[in-house]
Amino acid sequence: MIVTDSPTEIPLNENGRQTLDSAVIRFAGDSGDGMQITGGQFTLATAVALNNLSTFPDYPSEIRAPTGTTFGVSSFQINFGSRVVKTSGDEFDVLVAMNPAALKVELHGLKTGAIILVDTGSFQDRNLHRAGYGSNPLEDDTLSAYRVIALDIAQLTLDAVTPFGLSKKEALRCKNFWALGFIYWMFERDRQPTLDWLKTKFAKRPEIAEANSAALNAGHALAETMEMAEGLYQFSVPRAPDIQPGLYRTVTGAEAMAWGLAVGAKLADLKLVFCSYPITPASPILHTLSHMVEQDIVSFQAEDEIAAVCAAIGASYAGALGVTSSSGPGIALKAEAIGLAVSIEHPLVIINTQRAGPSTGLPTKTEQSDLLQALYGRNGDCPVVVIAARSPSDCFEMAIEACHIATKYMTPVMVLSDGYIGNASEPWLIPDIDALDSFAVDIPTSGEGHDHSERDDETLARPWVIPGTPGLEHRTGGLEKSFETGEISYDPDNHQKMTDVRADKVKGVVRDIEDQTVEVGADSGPLVVVGWGSTYGPINRAVSNLIDEGLSVSHVHVRNIWPMPKNLESLLSGFQRVLVPELNDGQFVKVLRDQFLIDAQALNKVSGQPFKISEIEDAIRAQLEAAQ
Amino acid sequence: MTNPSQAPKPTAKDFASSQEVRWCPGCGDYAIVKAVQRTLADVEAKTENTVFVSGIGCASRLPYYMATYGLHAIHGRAPAIATGIKLANPELDVWVVSGDGDALAIGGNHFIHLVRRNVDVQFLLFNNEVYGLTKGQFSPTSRAGTKSPSSPLGCVENPMSAAQLALGAGAYFVARGVDTAQKQLTKTLTRAYEFTGTAFVEIFQNCIVFNDGAFAGFTDKDKSAEMQIHVEHGQPLLFGNDNAKGLRIRPDALELEVVTIGENGISESDVLVHDETNKALATLLAAMSEPDFPVAMGILYCQSGPTFEVELRKKVKKATSESTKSLADILHQGHTWTVTEDT
Repeated sequence: MIVTDSPTEIPLNENGRQTLDSAVIRFAGDSGDGMQITGGQFTLATAVALNNLSTFPDYPSEIRAPTGTTFGVSSFQINFGSRVVKTSGDEFDVLVAMNPAALKVELHGLKTGAIILVDTGSFQDRNLHRAGYGSNPLEDDTLSAYRVIALDIAQLTLDAVTPFGLSKKEALRCKNFWALGFIYWMFERDRQPTLDWLKTKFAKRPEIAEANSAALNAGHALAETMEMAEGLYQFSVPRAPDIQPGLYRTVTGAEAMAWGLAVGAKLADLKLVFCSYPITPASPILHTLSHMVEQDIVSFQAEDEIAAVCAAIGASYAGALGVTSSSGPGIALKAEAIGLAVSIEHPLVIINTQRAGPSTGLPTKTEQSDLLQALYGRNGDCPVVVIAARSPSDCFEMAIEACHIATKYMTPVMVLSDGYIGNASEPWLIPDIDALDSFAVDIPTSGEGHDHSERDDETLARPWVIPGTPGLEHRTGGLEKSFETGEISYDPDNHQKMTDVRADKVKGVVRDIEDQTVEVGADSGPLVVVGWGSTYGPINRAVSNLIDEGLSVSHVHVRNIWPMPKNLESLLSGFQRVLVPELNDGQFVKVLRDQFLIDAQALNKVSGQPFKISEIEDAIRAQLEAAQ
Repeated sequence: MTNPSQAPKPTAKDFASSQEVRWCPGCGDYAIVKAVQRTLADVEAKTENTVFVSGIGCASRLPYYMATYGLHAIHGRAPAIATGIKLANPELDVWVVSGDGDALAIGGNHFIHLVRRNVDVQFLLFNNEVYGLTKGQFSPTSRAGTKSPSSPLGCVENPMSAAQLALGAGAYFVARGVDTAQKQLTKTLTRAYEFTGTAFVEIFQNCIVFNDGAFAGFTDKDKSAEMQIHVEHGQPLLFGNDNAKGLRIRPDALELEVVTIGENGISESDVLVHDETNKALATLLAAMSEPDFPVAMGILYCQSGPTFEVELRKKVKKATSESTKSLADILHQGHTWTVTEDT
């Protein structure tokens, strides 16, 4: 961390740079300032520098909000270090503020003594007024608690890109790369991956690539030659020692999910038919798969959410792997059709990249508030398998697991991700997909020896009979079917039996679920913190920190929401208290209380922002004090 | 070519399932299912390659009575499910069976987009101008003033024209028939089967319990000749007893008018000749209604056009053949870096 009580104690390395074990930077600007790209490039450069890292893209739902306004501020936060990094960081050490609004919005998140890089070129009266500043914060004592580097980045960028003949508007759009170059020097990052990226990205407009490259180099050069307090702005974050050797790339949750689906379908030896309707923040999965047609993947943008899930069901009915993807409001629309897939017992994978609700809610902000919807949000007794990804790269594993369970058990599987996981990126050890075990499905090719309603003794799954197969013609649908023949049945005992079978089939998935393990801490004790999904990072860091302080607390993170791992109940019974932090009003805690009759305590947050480590630490301390 | 000595020609019965039919006695659906089964026998369809998909409503029970594959799905969504089936396997012959509530109210969106995309299916809309299965409420095709359990004072909504909606949505095949007119209906269904793309067939179907006689004005034996016109490609648009009447474009306005052969100097040569590839004509024909005009039956519009699943497949095939990229390659594209033990 840059900010300490006594900065002089930070050791200098042989190049005169202060060596840090981690740092948090937040890039903030107008929604048109390219802050997400800037952050993405810094992430890449940091990953290449072999640091551990975690990112948090935080942007408004307006595509281009009026310039200079606080509600149009788009930010990207990265926490990186040589130590283990589990969250995107509570407070930041460095803020890059491209305009007054960005400064105004982000100031509260800065550590005292933190560094602020501001573009003075954007601090004119009009922008100050739009941001709600009565006076220029660079000229009064607003920033007295911080170390401010105030530069006219706009003018410096214009100077740097003059040779490329861009319009002034285009030239000013290179500002973010100038600032990035400056920060690259501060943190000793290699510019080459970004220069390569610019060349590819603007292959059709080389002058844009060259101008941005020039801006990047100019920012870097100015930082290097600028007269600054010695050592104060030069940092070194050494490589993390614990990185597993291998070939890496960065991956977002959306990419990992899309690729996991493609790999899952391949392992099942099925064609992937992906059916979706555009919705924030789930659309990147649709985009990624739409660019993969050469993998024989069908990607279908339907007319609405209901059509998307129904087309996926139709595809599964006809022998492909039907997948649909959305966010909370869209999942609500799909509910009836998911019930149809449960009733006709066909595979279906549903991806829910959750966002803040209810209704339209906060489309670009994250939340975990669709858990109860996933478990119970359908008419009738309608069990589906629910699993939850904990990180961007975990989406890859979860998507494959969903494909496996859906095809083996002939059941819908819902995968819960969220806006944070979907957009955030992290370094990823690229898996050898050829080494993964196939789970090809046995689909009957003729009527011989097969009966469309005969269940597998172990999984209770019906055979996957697909149209085109002679001798197995049959009718199915949403009306209740006879257990024996599969024909319509209104028999009361049969409905009881079929309801039981559907529930037992889903419960039986537990045989393919690994036992629940403890992430960190002892297997029993006074307190366990139980999480699921994207809260993994902050919970794990908070628990680890407090264990280091000598407190007795453990972290359990549940991936299989339904059915739950079979040892979960006995595992939790070994703890005196159970704390369940969630980005919702208390959902998983209800399920745990219901299933296990335990006095689990909730820690809830619904601000559209991830947990801070300190919030979880405080709650753990309170629990431990109450236990005494 | 089928060799009759090897495979006996199928009969309509070969396409009937063993399920007991549960429509009300006298329902028009009996006639329609019979026409469908006869059509499949005529074209020598294969039961295993045929799929009937339906939503909810009386019409939507039809799949249960077919010896083919059948999926009785949820209300209004059959077009979307059929689209998914074709995306997975374009070789299957898919029939969507729907009603006026299912296709035009709750499923209206899916209907127009199925038609717009020209997915290669047969779409049969059983129009009885009423909700039958829920006991008699007015539907999107019920006429203004219809009294029903949910509109005791008379419905104040205007009905929609399914054929005009289909044309407006970009349908390449629009046809009409009457449940009891078996011969014509089978002929129309055969053309629908042969057509590549969404073949939309509106079938006027009498609901004997909740809306009996809704179409009597043009289907009763003594009215049908005067109040229906059976359009046929290349043939003059004649109708009425002894084909004494015809349709022509009004000389002073862009609209149809009914003329009588032999009156006011009108001869058969003044009558329009049906061109099923002419969308403007099809639009005028679809709009004709009682009492001023006969109701047009037969193939109103038929024009070949690109189908969704084939165009999509072409793109996939082209991309697949032009690329040697594997899934592993995709995971490796973009910036990668290697971490070694002692970097």
